[in-house]
Amino acid sequence: MDEVFRAIADPTRRAVLDELVDRDGQSLFEICTRLTMKHGISSSRQAISQHLDVLEAAGLVVTRRDGRFKFHYFNGAPLAAIAQRWLQAKGNNS
Amino acid sequence: MRINLTSVFVDDQAKALQFYTTVLGFAKKRDIPLGTHRWLTVVAASEPNGTELLLEPDAHPAVKPFRAALVEDGIPFTSFAVKDVAAEHKRLSGLGVRFTQPPTDLGTVVTAVFDDTCGNLIQIAQAKGA
Repeated sequence: MDEVFRAIADPTRRAVLDELVDRDGQSLFEICTRLTMKHGISSSRQAISQHLDVLEAAGLVVTRRDGRFKFHYFNGAPLAAIAQRWLQAKGNNS
Repeated sequence: MRINLTSVFVDDQAKALQFYTTVLGFAKKRDIPLGTHRWLTVVAASEPNGTELLLEPDAHPAVKPFRAALVEDGIPFTSFAVKDVAAEHKRLSGLGVRFTQPPTDLGTVVTAVFDDTCGNLIQIAQAKGA
């Protein structure tokens, strides 16, 4: 769970997740374009690629190859684990 | 100085001519035999004297790994202007063209990215409020 909190502690990585929720299955190019044009984030492609690596290590982003293409998908399961640990537990007690 | 020519690398000139004319709708401008290849250009049908696009053979060994890396990351090799990205997306999808990015509103511009079947991703863009 440390990796999940570390991943979402960064505003650029949260913006990446926002954009993948808006449309799942994006190329690195589309993610970079959306961050630049919609969020004013001017990080290099290499920096965004490293952010994606952190999100992938935390299980929040999954990459899939489709022929010659590589797409990034949002995976909310690690966030659901957070909700279950505290929010659902609290709900059960009340 | 002016820009009268730009180019895309293609894996097969005959296939590329077919795609860029019958699918995308460009018109053939020059077709000059050059040994095993051709000096092959197309232009926008509406601008026969406009900038020519050279369909250039990808024979140099450096081209393939370069293009493969761009394609993997979804990076278009070049961009063409269209009046209506959504309409072109619908038209080209109907012709079997694969889009890696559907029409996306980016504030000042709407873009989409498709596979030209010759080894490139191509962006189409529509300026908003134009």
